[in-house]
Amino acid sequence: MTHKLETKNITIRFGEKTIIRDISIAVDEGELVSLLGVSGSGKTTLFNCISGIYRPVEGKVLLDGEDITGTTGHISYMLQKDLLLPYKTIEDNVALPLIIRGMGKKEARAEASKHFAEFGLEGTQKQYPKQLSGGMRQRAALLRTWMFSDNVALLDEPFSALDTITKGRIHRWYLDVMEKIRLTTVFITHDINEAILLSDRIYLMTGKPGEIRSEIRIRTPRGQREGFDLTEEFLEYKRQIMQELGEAW
Amino acid sequence: MKRKSGNTTNNIYPILSILAILALWECLSVFEIVPSFMLPTPAETVQAFVHDFGLLMSHMKVTLIETLVGTVIGISIGFLSAVLMDRWDPAYKAMYPLIVLTQTIPAVAIAPLLVLWFGYKMLPKVILIVLITFFPIVIGVLDGFRSADRDAINLLRSMGETEWQIFRHIKFPNALPNFFSGLRITVAYAVVGAVLAEWLGGFAGLGVYMTRVKKSFAYDKMFAVIFLISIISLILIWLVNVLQKKCMPWEREEPAERQRK
Repeated sequence: MTHKLETKNITIRFGEKTIIRDISIAVDEGELVSLLGVSGSGKTTLFNCISGIYRPVEGKVLLDGEDITGTTGHISYMLQKDLLLPYKTIEDNVALPLIIRGMGKKEARAEASKHFAEFGLEGTQKQYPKQLSGGMRQRAALLRTWMFSDNVALLDEPFSALDTITKGRIHRWYLDVMEKIRLTTVFITHDINEAILLSDRIYLMTGKPGEIRSEIRIRTPRGQREGFDLTEEFLEYKRQIMQELGEAW
Repeated sequence: MKRKSGNTTNNIYPILSILAILALWECLSVFEIVPSFMLPTPAETVQAFVHDFGLLMSHMKVTLIETLVGTVIGISIGFLSAVLMDRWDPAYKAMYPLIVLTQTIPAVAIAPLLVLWFGYKMLPKVILIVLITFFPIVIGVLDGFRSADRDAINLLRSMGETEWQIFRHIKFPNALPNFFSGLRITVAYAVVGAVLAEWLGGFAGLGVYMTRVKKSFAYDKMFAVIFLISIISLILIWLVNVLQKKCMPWEREEPAERQRK
């Protein structure tokens, strides 16, 4: 069976320096997979490669079994910085991916507006990004990512700039939205709790150059994670991850 | 409500200081501390302005047309050069030092040359204004292009944006604030540049009027035209501000933090 998204033995080198080595991950339709690792382990580099900005020296990126290595326009990503364009209204920001693809402005706006309620963004259409709170901006950025492609989204530490309370809230909201829209997602984080709470599977990435160290499957389904972070099971995962990261140190 | 009263008190201080200077000036000439033929009173200046109003307006028209034509050409060349230098690195390397170098030549020094080369008509004035306008625009806009967020560009590129779309959606709007600050400086200088070129020779324009009244020792008319020139500059700067607000509606909105209070 072909996976939704797959990277096969990807190695990226800048000059003499190898950033990541032999990375193979696979994500299935509707799955949420985390890449967990310390800063500098090459997670973002891998993302840039999957989205087509960098070309790997070795390896392939497959989307639905098709080779998309080094080509842009298939998979988009979202960063910690929301990167909403300050001079466009939320509506136009969200509609931008459609406009890039050649849709008319009016049509794109109408299409984008359909999803504002789903993402808890009602009433922000005509506002500018700076008028929104950090949490709302991240929602808008996520909606934009989704407008680009309901295929696969790469999220690079999307919530790490938010304060703890907002973060807890947005995690719950995120699991909710994901239930509805079933977006296949690869999620970068260095927050162990976040990884366990949100993922179906976690890839641990360690070392310099970065390599995949192990893979952990979270057994409790994503729909039943109310209060999950207080259970024994949760702590068990956490212990395992910390031990592995500790060993790799 | 609170904001409005704050604005009024803020306005009082500059008005008071201007009034004080006018009063001091009036005293200087009324009490003959400075001989009145050398320093006309504010009232005499206004009188001269009213008396020569028609003449002043006809000269102003010429100066304004020169300014407008020169500025538009200067902006166009400046903008296109910035685009070229942003897109093509050899152009940047070749042109940037040259552009800076030309700015070290004072306008006062080349104005006589321009008049000698291009005669007494409009051409030398326009060329001088183009030279004055070009620099702040090209530097400001280029800087705006180059300071566009790398991550945002990468993101839109990952969505498949073409270079032209990246220019339109990111680089161009990012350069707008710089463009307008450049333009604000430029319009004031452009008027002065036009007047300067007119001094050196011409048939009409505020500079020509100025040299004529100077030769007849009409100090009150000198003052009138000086004030007219500053008023024109102020109005042009104000127009640029209005234009900027129109073109950059996102700047008008209050950020989220302030709204909540």
